[in-house]
Amino acid sequence: MLILPILPNVPLWVDNPSMHLPDGFLSLPISLFCWLVTIALLIVAIQRTKIELGERQVPLMGIMAALIFAAQMINFPVAGGTSGHLLGGVLASVVLGPWAGMVVMATVIGVQGLLFQDGGLLVMGANILNMGLLSSLVGYGLYRTVLGQSRAVQIAVIGGAAWLSVMTGALATALQLWLSGTSPLTIVIPAMLGIHAFIGIGEAFITVAAITFIRQTRPDLLETGATTAQGGRGWMVGGLAVTALVLILSPWASADPDGLERVAEDWHFLARGISAPYQIFPDYTLPFLGETAFSTVMAGTVGAIVVAIVVMLMARLLQKLTKAPTVFNP
Amino acid sequence: MTLNINKLNFSYPDGHVALKNISLRIGRGEKVALVGPNGAGKSTLLLHLNGLLVGQGEVKINGFAVTKSNLPLIRAKVGLVFQNPDDQLFSPTVFEDVAFGPLHMGLSESETLTCVQRALSQVDMSHYADRMSYHLSIGEKKRISIATVLSMNPEILVLDEPSAGLDPRARRTLITLLRNLPLTMLVSTHDMLMVRENFPRMIIMDEGQVIADGATESLMNDIALLEAHGLERPFDVESKA
Amino acid sequence: MHPTLLDRYQLKNSSIHRLDPRLKVVVTIFFIISNVSLPDGAWGAFLLAWGVILSVSFMALLGISYTAKRAMIVLPFTLTAVTIIFTMPGNSLLTLPFGSYELTDAGLMRFVSIIIRSWLSLQMAILLTATTSFVDLMHALRCLYVPQTIIEIVSFMYRYLFVLTDETTRLLRARESRMAALPDRKGGGSLMWRARVAGHMVGQLFLRSYERADRVYNAMLARGYNSQLSHPVACPFMRSQDWTSGAVAVAILFLLQIVGRF
Repeated sequence: MLILPILPNVPLWVDNPSMHLPDGFLSLPISLFCWLVTIALLIVAIQRTKIELGERQVPLMGIMAALIFAAQMINFPVAGGTSGHLLGGVLASVVLGPWAGMVVMATVIGVQGLLFQDGGLLVMGANILNMGLLSSLVGYGLYRTVLGQSRAVQIAVIGGAAWLSVMTGALATALQLWLSGTSPLTIVIPAMLGIHAFIGIGEAFITVAAITFIRQTRPDLLETGATTAQGGRGWMVGGLAVTALVLILSPWASADPDGLERVAEDWHFLARGISAPYQIFPDYTLPFLGETAFSTVMAGTVGAIVVAIVVMLMARLLQKLTKAPTVFNP
Repeated sequence: MTLNINKLNFSYPDGHVALKNISLRIGRGEKVALVGPNGAGKSTLLLHLNGLLVGQGEVKINGFAVTKSNLPLIRAKVGLVFQNPDDQLFSPTVFEDVAFGPLHMGLSESETLTCVQRALSQVDMSHYADRMSYHLSIGEKKRISIATVLSMNPEILVLDEPSAGLDPRARRTLITLLRNLPLTMLVSTHDMLMVRENFPRMIIMDEGQVIADGATESLMNDIALLEAHGLERPFDVESKA
Repeated sequence: MHPTLLDRYQLKNSSIHRLDPRLKVVVTIFFIISNVSLPDGAWGAFLLAWGVILSVSFMALLGISYTAKRAMIVLPFTLTAVTIIFTMPGNSLLTLPFGSYELTDAGLMRFVSIIIRSWLSLQMAILLTATTSFVDLMHALRCLYVPQTIIEIVSFMYRYLFVLTDETTRLLRARESRMAALPDRKGGGSLMWRARVAGHMVGQLFLRSYERADRVYNAMLARGYNSQLSHPVACPFMRSQDWTSGAVAVAILFLLQIVGRF
């Protein structure tokens, strides 16, 4: 955590401690799995932003990442010494576009972990996924569904998406903690979701106010950033799918966590062992394919992402096939 | 006594000693210029006046000591205007920016409206209320940022490099504005011509200490003193005649 | 202006500082993997791992308490794991008077092990950043096949990080200066209003940064920037002391795993 001496003796915590997981809290298989997903998504994101931004990619992404990092310092007092502040995933993806949003957030979280030990190294993949990638999917996906609507609707959806992005990250983190055997499901899901339901409100307020400011002062930025991302339908599908998952799973898991555990156990997806060593190569299977790692819900989320990517790529392919050759515009 | 500083010492976390035994008094209605080379500690001193930094020693505004518990009250009395107006203008419209202070103090909407209108007219920008702060020129922004503080009705106005970066016309407007404001004023500046015009009293700071404190006219004539502390006597074209 | 962000790099001339940064990155990662792979209650291995931390810290001329102090930030996270004490199946040690919660031996062992693993891993990460400058870290990652684009973006972020956090600090100070109160009124404004102000500040900062990025890009173009032409520096060979240190590290990691399982 960063301690910034704005006023002496009054440290300013940069971000809430419950989502930047340190090493040791997630098992090796879960950590590696999350890294795989994150790396795959980031490879695509880098390629896409290179195409969209060209040579401006590096300076723009870099400075925007520094901005989000700094913007996370801006807070507002809530009550009794606590304050609300911004994570920034939805803000970044709505203004810069979803892929750029992913690149920016991943850079922020990566630097926080690597340089400032705000988040571990092995679990960095999970942290990036929870706080940076899912938020782009949810934020941009939902925003895209209301692009044609009135401003009031758009703002409301952005606020809702910001809240949801925090809840999605919290849910994903909770599930990862549970599957790693760090926290019991009955406690971690209600706790994470409960706390972040409040934190998400702060995120929603600040995101909406920031977007409003940008819209009033430089409306042209919002026009270009969001609408040029290709494969809009894919994002909408992905965003809505994840949103539905979160909205269904959260109350279900909170109300009937035993039910979820039973499902996971029935499908042999949950590691239960009194002295569960996290062996790299157990007797029978590779960890991230065998019964110690995979989970229905992780599969569902990944599935949604995969579906979104597939749909997007198909949409592009279709576009290419059906488009007449255009004149090259220098 | 509006401002009373007694043996103020301050060191930054990295060990750099920024203020050494600063003592000074400013009475009601006085207009004082704070000059000195870069790194003298002028900005650091100003940050102590409303409790953004807290050092060892005493800082009193109208008899109230600047302590952690009464910072909000102190900030109602000390209006601090920073060098970069962009740092102070964070609302979309000018009106909202100037209204922030009064609203935070708990004034009603009608009271706030009165304060905002008065502040804007004091800086001669009454017709700017609905403009976007972001799109204004730097001279306009400087005046708005002064208004954001004036709307809180402070006892003492403290400004950090107000004329820096302004073109001659904007600078002239600012100098006139400051001269006409009937407030106690402490201004940190490099603009020696403005000092001579507006500020009868001058404090020279260097290396964290008060070097001299007295009438501007007499200090301005001490060229050796000025040069010893990185200052120049302003070249006045009129004096050649 | 004084720095508001403290760089974690400690400039010293130690054998650890001089090691190839790729080696340090890889050893750090494998050390963390090793920690996470150790079973619960592998106290001998944990102790040995801590010994490794202390030795490296000592050799890096950082003193032995440097990392332990900074690794205390793991403490708030203990809350995340503490409840496993009561829910992990095992032999009951204690039953809480309320609810049906039993403190089990396996649960306690799991909890303490998690905290220790986390604390140890964090210290190695701290050692990495303390003994390796940012530039060297970036070189190391690039030579470890992290894509050049990512390296460039991160480097840019780092370059502007201090600029932007400084700007944000000034914004916060300016707002703080106007957060006044009158003795006879209740101030502060409504929650929504405060949140809106914070959001407007973020929006302001966002726009300034976006436009700054344009200016930076133009300045780069003016100096002949062409992303196709960037020729990264070639990756150096590892020296004999790097190979030796690497071999020692591998041996220690194996030892840790063996000690941990028997």
